[in-house]
Amino acid sequence: MQTLEKIKETTKEQSPKAPLAGGGGAISISGSVAVLEALIAENVTTIFGYPGGAIMPIYDALYDYADKLNHILVRHEQGGIHAGQGYARTSGDVGVVFATSGPGATNLVTGLADAMIDSTPLVCITGQVFAHLLGTDAFQETDVINITTPVTKWNYQVTDATEIPAVLAKAFYIAKSGRPGPVLIDITKNAQLQIFDYEGYTKCNHIRSYRPSPIVRKEYVEAAAKLINEAERPFVIFGQGVILGKAEKEFKAFIEKAGIPSAWTIMGMSAIPTDHPLAVGMLGMHGNYGPNLLTNECDVLIAVGMRFDDRVTGRLDKYARQAKVIHLDIDPAEIDKNVKTTVPVWGDCKETLPMLTALVEQKVYPRWLQKFANCRDKEQEKVIKEELDPTTDILTMGEVIKLVNELTNGDAIIVTDVGQHQMVACRYAKYNQTKSNVTSGGLGTMGFALPAAIGAKFGDPKRIVVAVIGDGGFQMTLQELGTIMQFNVDVKILILNNEFLGMVRQWQELFHEKRYSFTDITSPDFVQVAKAYRIEGKSVKERKDLKGALTEMLNHKGSYLLEVMVGKENNVFPMVPQGKGVAEVVLSKEEV
Amino acid sequence: MIEKNNALKHPLSGVGGKQEYTITVYTENQIGLLNRIAIIFSRRKINIESLNTSPSEVDSVHRFTIVINETEDVVRKLCRQIEKQVEVLKAYYNTNEEIIWQELALYKVPTDIIAEEVKVERLLREHGAKAVVIRKDYTVFEVAGQREETDGLIKVLAPYGLIEFVRSARVAIIKKSDGFHKKLNEFEYKEPGEDASENEFLNQNESVFSM
Repeated sequence: MQTLEKIKETTKEQSPKAPLAGGGGAISISGSVAVLEALIAENVTTIFGYPGGAIMPIYDALYDYADKLNHILVRHEQGGIHAGQGYARTSGDVGVVFATSGPGATNLVTGLADAMIDSTPLVCITGQVFAHLLGTDAFQETDVINITTPVTKWNYQVTDATEIPAVLAKAFYIAKSGRPGPVLIDITKNAQLQIFDYEGYTKCNHIRSYRPSPIVRKEYVEAAAKLINEAERPFVIFGQGVILGKAEKEFKAFIEKAGIPSAWTIMGMSAIPTDHPLAVGMLGMHGNYGPNLLTNECDVLIAVGMRFDDRVTGRLDKYARQAKVIHLDIDPAEIDKNVKTTVPVWGDCKETLPMLTALVEQKVYPRWLQKFANCRDKEQEKVIKEELDPTTDILTMGEVIKLVNELTNGDAIIVTDVGQHQMVACRYAKYNQTKSNVTSGGLGTMGFALPAAIGAKFGDPKRIVVAVIGDGGFQMTLQELGTIMQFNVDVKILILNNEFLGMVRQWQELFHEKRYSFTDITSPDFVQVAKAYRIEGKSVKERKDLKGALTEMLNHKGSYLLEVMVGKENNVFPMVPQGKGVAEVVLSKEEV
Repeated sequence: MIEKNNALKHPLSGVGGKQEYTITVYTENQIGLLNRIAIIFSRRKINIESLNTSPSEVDSVHRFTIVINETEDVVRKLCRQIEKQVEVLKAYYNTNEEIIWQELALYKVPTDIIAEEVKVERLLREHGAKAVVIRKDYTVFEVAGQREETDGLIKVLAPYGLIEFVRSARVAIIKKSDGFHKKLNEFEYKEPGEDASENEFLNQNESVFSM
């Protein structure tokens, strides 16, 4: 096996007159080489993967491409795909993942589902048994295409190498265009081995049956602008669409001109700096008090690149009934899916936002903003103060995040897992720049953070990556410490250990009469575990050691694990209890 | 404990009653697409009453005809999800009044009974049944029509020893449709015309803008 370049050279030597790829003629290469050439043509530099029988030809070809493609050997395919997600989220490019057939491919399913619901662009390449063995229950054969159909934007099985260039071009185009999503290409072993006439690689930019973004209709933008200009209490809620659309600037220009208070969903976080004067906080079940409460007081609700998740809306028949709703989204299927829209603005927000900005009047809403400030004060008094500056000796998750903010100046990428620590980190983290918050929003995948942080670091190597993880989630994918060790990935691992599966325990406390059914979780000595992987680490229990330990972690050259023992039965508030409307948001457990 | 009286409205359960809708989907001919479309229904626990795949008026374009019993709100959302699939060109939904539809049914009955009973022959004629195969031991009749018509003949034939019965999926022609030739041309271009990216809101301007 050789790289395409070497093959070209040898062909030249053997028959100097033979036409070469790029020169108009074909050249004989294997399907595997064609796969790698496609990746290079798509500017892929990093692959997360795990080899196995059915993908060996591709790995064999990869051996000659080591200087061009950086392959990161993970410890489990789930780790590979979460790393791919982390990479995509911080780089803004497509994450690429390799896995073998059967169990290798099925281990991707959680990550595919996660990427699907959070619109993360991925191209996953799985090996498959020889085409003639399909359907024979061959060793490590699984019907990967059908298993992954509900959790991929597109998938395709290649059984003939000649299809590879065009299929991969299509895969990358579909993954990153329109509303992004994961694509899986399953390649049978015979196609990987097959030598065929390679005509070069052509990027795809059009598929006749696929409309990545709907045509923008000016009349809707005008109708939306009219509504906004007539509004007295407009409220902007935005999601990851702003980040995925690379429209942070356009978004900021819009809210600044229109003077509208803006709240983010967990996925939209960091699209504008958290200290922006119009930023009023996070929406959602554990979001900020004001954004939830005042959703039901605004007169025009402008949703930008978000999908009205049930964790954001609470009970739908009590959600913003008084408001006219403007919904900007690239995915027509999102319009009216959960919340009835008054004016739909279909299209890429990078395009629609400037059109809207041009039409809205320059305004300020001091009285309306003051309402948010008042809510903020109330939340500060009842929740935030004690969380960030506790009056007891028990450490809180919030004070840890507050110190991280101080020590990193809000410049770090924070990757979170799922649960209480995720909510606390997202509530209190400060961000100066976009693509700083990497979390599993829609699927809520425990075990996401550690591998995603590895990918996040490769996606944006210059920035500090802090993985904030609970004691439960860390134990789901801690094998990826091996990846960190082998590839010297500089990830700061911050375990907030409350010796419980905290979020479930909180619900058990509030809604199940403290029947703590299997939420009491025992952990190993995490510092020792890290040591076994040659990763430095420390555990702190007392406030006096906290700042020093965090400083040490952040200043440490290379990866570092810091465990902080936090209060066992602390709860995350505010909370919109399940089945309640957003205006029924509570600030303490006494109100539940 | 979990509240019992908290009957949440499913976001898909719209207003208006359920009725039969025929969904017509124009697609590329691609392996696995049937599954992609089918799981859109099964994921939401919606039963497909009838499903037909066939070529369409346009060479290389496939046509699915799917019948379900749902509210318009749900059907509209399902169509959007279907249309979102990469290989789907367009999805339409129509009530029974908006389409011409037919199903084909085959009936196998013992030949001797038909030969003997004059009444049966008359009944078959009344139902528009055509003999497809006549053998010594059995005869196969076909009836093309709507559900009541094909069902009607089962009842009629049952007393005379109906050996086998099978009915096809529904095929339907949309009364208002101009076909897909012109539309496909638009899809071929990178920047399609307005027709290819129909905006149903625009077509119902007044009802949408309730400002």
